Amino acid sequence: MAIKNFLLARLLQAGIVAIVVGALCFVLMRVLPGDAAMRIAAGRYGPDARIADAAEKVRLELGLDRPIAVQFIEWLGSLARFDLGHSLVTGRAVAHELQVQLGASVWLAVAALMLSLLIGPIVGLFGGLRPGGTADRVGLLGAVTFRAIPPFVLGLILMLVFSRQLGWLPPAGFGSPREILLPALTLALGLAAMSSRVTRNAVAAVARAPYFAFARYKGLPEAVVVRRHGLRNAAIPVVSYLGLQAIYLIEGVVVVESLFAYPGIGHALVHAIVERDVPMVQGTALAMGLMFVAIAAIVDLVTLWLDPRMRKIA
Amino acid sequence: MSTVDQTYQRPKRGLGTTRLAGAGLLIFLGGFAIIGPAVIPFDPAAQDFGASLAPIGGDYLLGADHYGRSLLARLAHGARLSFGMAFLTMLAAAIPGVLFGLIAAWRGGWTERGFEFVATIVLALPGLMLVLLLLAFSPGNYGPLFLGLALTLWVEFYRVTKATTKTILSQPHIEAARMLGFGSRYILTHYVVPVITPMISTLAAFAMATAIIAVSTLSAISVGLQPPTPELGSMIVELLPYFAEAPMHVLLPAALIFLLVLALQLLAQGERA
Repeated sequence: MAIKNFLLARLLQAGIVAIVVGALCFVLMRVLPGDAAMRIAAGRYGPDARIADAAEKVRLELGLDRPIAVQFIEWLGSLARFDLGHSLVTGRAVAHELQVQLGASVWLAVAALMLSLLIGPIVGLFGGLRPGGTADRVGLLGAVTFRAIPPFVLGLILMLVFSRQLGWLPPAGFGSPREILLPALTLALGLAAMSSRVTRNAVAAVARAPYFAFARYKGLPEAVVVRRHGLRNAAIPVVSYLGLQAIYLIEGVVVVESLFAYPGIGHALVHAIVERDVPMVQGTALAMGLMFVAIAAIVDLVTLWLDPRMRKIA
Repeated sequence: MSTVDQTYQRPKRGLGTTRLAGAGLLIFLGGFAIIGPAVIPFDPAAQDFGASLAPIGGDYLLGADHYGRSLLARLAHGARLSFGMAFLTMLAAAIPGVLFGLIAAWRGGWTERGFEFVATIVLALPGLMLVLLLLAFSPGNYGPLFLGLALTLWVEFYRVTKATTKTILSQPHIEAARMLGFGSRYILTHYVVPVITPMISTLAAFAMATAIIAVSTLSAISVGLQPPTPELGSMIVELLPYFAEAPMHVLLPAALIFLLVLALQLLAQGERA
């Protein structure tokens, strides 16, 4: 029951994402200088002498001579059918271009998330087990520092250190795991800076909790206490916090992909904006937005699985 | 780009050492940003090719970039731009956010549902995506950048104000004040404003930090403000090809962004940072 409610909310969010992106791009298409039909015709057939005839055909074919409201409803309708149109620059179907890029971006996001889960919670765990100790202070210093560095600056610094000075990793490109490492690390450090503090507070709270002390008093071995009563309870805030981190992750993917020339959706979105390629802007923004919703939905499900109390509330 | 990750906690009374350090750093950087452009006698756009990539400490105090433009002047103007942009965006987000929050908490019902609906729409997309989509209308201009940032940042002010005000208004001492015949204005200024003010100032510092990061990031990925505007993010990217000859020149604007954001974050949250 609860699962259904959560998923319904996320489905609604996905709908809102589609309408917001669709509406903005529809307006964008109309306010760009020049004739839309002419632009599309030039994109499809290349600018030549018979462009005016071609534009007239495009206008009739796409119904660009009809009232704005009708066009808008149809625009949203084609969005609902996943018909994203053709790029104004390359002339290829947007959906086709997205397929390749989406894979690359998903890999980057997954790699960044996994790396951040390796760094953040472990740093937080050591800090939380002994609050105020050396590990806690070093963790705090690191978290404060990495949170104040914007992702693009962090990316540049990593690039300068690891590919320029040390020559260990390639500064840009795509294809092998070596190339994904630097952009993923950039994002992971920013994510871990936040999640390490959440983990630290969660672990400290659990370690102080009466049920944790009781598990010890009743004679459970330390390893069982930590595994059965510690980890799962401490994981709840960390996982639900991942939902908020999805924002950082998606924004970071856009920035870091552009920085490392990584051929994902974020990179394509920035390019499409510079080139004012509206169908590509729409397709890429939609894909990024839906990726954001998907991450949030997965986080919801994991939270429900971890914390049975949530199933009753929702 | 979002203030959401900094879940709110009530700041401690008075200034802790961390917040004091943040305030001190901020005053120093603010002074550089406000007084700097007025007293530094160099034009941030004036080129002097004889002094291309001049080292730090020579004729130019902090050196010059590849076009021989004074780095000190460019940093000061860049800091003023970042700071000013962040301050204006914060005001443009905080004023409607707090006002709508108060109205929604006070009126409830359909008014509240209306505001909630708008907030849901804004939060459906990550903030930077909304700014990017608005930037697509006219890349490189202040207008959409400012509008997009304010549009994403007001929600946090609205939500905190609404939630807090609602809790306050439902408490017995408010009911008592009402029954004693005190008007809405008295309740607002004596019971609501004192409680929400520290929360709003914390959010304001975060919003400014967020805006500074966003403005520099967007111009670094070349969809925000364009060169030759002395913007810190685009300065880094412009100077990057000359890293081998002048590494410090690249790091200076980066360090300035870092310190600005750090100062705001320390000021906002002190030891919880």
